[in-house]
Amino acid sequence: MMQSLVHLGRNAIDRISTLGRAAQLIWGAIIAVPQPVKNTPLLIRQMYVVGVQSFLIVAVSGLFIGMVMALQSYTVLIDYGAEDSLGPMVALSLLRELGPVVTALLFAGRAGSALTAEIGLMKATEQLSSLEMMAIDPLRRIIAPRFWAGVLTMPMLALIFSAIGILGGKFVGVDWLGVDQGSYWSVMQASVEFHQDVVNGFIKSLVFAAVVTWIAVFNGYDCEPTSEGISAATTKTVVHSSLAVLGLDFILTALMFGL
Amino acid sequence: MQNLVEVDNLTFRRGERIIYENISMRFEQGKTTAIMGPSGIGKTTLLRLIGGQLKPDSGDIRFQDKSIVSMNRSQLYKARRDMGMLFQSGALFTDINVFDNVAYPLREHTKLPEHLIRLVVLVKLQAVGLRGAAGLMPSELSGGMARRAALARAIALDPKLIMYDEPFAGQDPISMGVLVKLIRELNNALNLTSIVVTHDVDEVMQIADYAYIIADKKVIGEGTPEQIRASDSPLVQQFLNGAADGPVPFHYAAKPLQDELLQGCK
Repeated sequence: MMQSLVHLGRNAIDRISTLGRAAQLIWGAIIAVPQPVKNTPLLIRQMYVVGVQSFLIVAVSGLFIGMVMALQSYTVLIDYGAEDSLGPMVALSLLRELGPVVTALLFAGRAGSALTAEIGLMKATEQLSSLEMMAIDPLRRIIAPRFWAGVLTMPMLALIFSAIGILGGKFVGVDWLGVDQGSYWSVMQASVEFHQDVVNGFIKSLVFAAVVTWIAVFNGYDCEPTSEGISAATTKTVVHSSLAVLGLDFILTALMFGL
Repeated sequence: MQNLVEVDNLTFRRGERIIYENISMRFEQGKTTAIMGPSGIGKTTLLRLIGGQLKPDSGDIRFQDKSIVSMNRSQLYKARRDMGMLFQSGALFTDINVFDNVAYPLREHTKLPEHLIRLVVLVKLQAVGLRGAAGLMPSELSGGMARRAALARAIALDPKLIMYDEPFAGQDPISMGVLVKLIRELNNALNLTSIVVTHDVDEVMQIADYAYIIADKKVIGEGTPEQIRASDSPLVQQFLNGAADGPVPFHYAAKPLQDELLQGCK
């Protein structure tokens, strides 16, 4: 009994200290004095690596999810003669939920794990230490550009995901199943509110972007500098990010749409 | 002669394990000082303590008469501009070529125009014999070349102190000879103060002006290479001669072999 309590207490302290280190890291990266001349090229490079290179998987996933959404929705809506509602159904699902959530999950798997592995490997090969010894703050030169690149690109990817998903829904609903093209677009336009749906979805993906990228860069920076350590950190990034995204999605949905 | 680095009564622990217990060392300006000792006793840790990457539990480390231990972050970063460190792995940035690696600290800390940076980088690469390899990526270099490139980067800002972490580890005889020559020549030509952490006794004794041998959490021997060789300490002699058994036992602490073997038969 006593042993279990000791174990529980030690675990709790470990977790709190991990959270403290993560907060310190992000604080150091966020408050780092901006050096536009030096940091802009780094930021652009990282936006390319984490954003542009994730485009294909996001676009293809968006297309298929939009197509599946349309197909599934059509089979239900047709029973009630409500196939005209296919457009808003696909659009609202994508803009409010699937766009931000699935993009964040894909981003965690594609870019988040790569960020963790890259930073972990830099730690294992003493590149981070060598930066410190060169009087260069690794938080500013390594963590900050990667963090901001994630925060800036993921919401854009989520919008692209939703847009391509809506097009995928149109291919299936209009071009294949014969839903009227005019009603697909016009009912969608009438039903989707810019602030309620598009902006809220964007805010969601902004929050997910910050959390997923934070988890990814922290796990890389804090990992054991060994091959097992990097492997464990990469796994942790994907698992923690996915759970954080799904948990936060519920909270944000409740705040935005549920209350 | 003035000391560039002074370590006073330093104690450092990792968790429960004591790495150093009340050790003191002096690193004279313009000299090459070797720190030797068996693997795993924390020689690299000592370099990290001097560089301010780790904080000691007690004691002080002074660099240019200023306490590294009590410096805040910005003071520490300022002090590090006068330090260079050659890491065991070289620690070159793998996404940029040799030229850009050497130019990295110059671009970060100086406002030199690009044509002057080019000149400085080429001079540094010439000093380590790698001017012709400026355009190569780190993955295209051999281990010895990578360490020389990292050395060029470490001296890019003309530091006062340079710390070498196991510079000879895993090197073939030619690369080792080149590195020994470079450390000696750079120390003299640039009036550097060098600290060389190693367990390659023969190589470092050729170039060191002074040496410390560390074992069992403390300094067990110190002096000029001649004084070290003449030491009557069995521990020092075991280390210098590479004897398998002695004060540092061959066997890791364990219960008697007989007990262990018969354990399964009882």
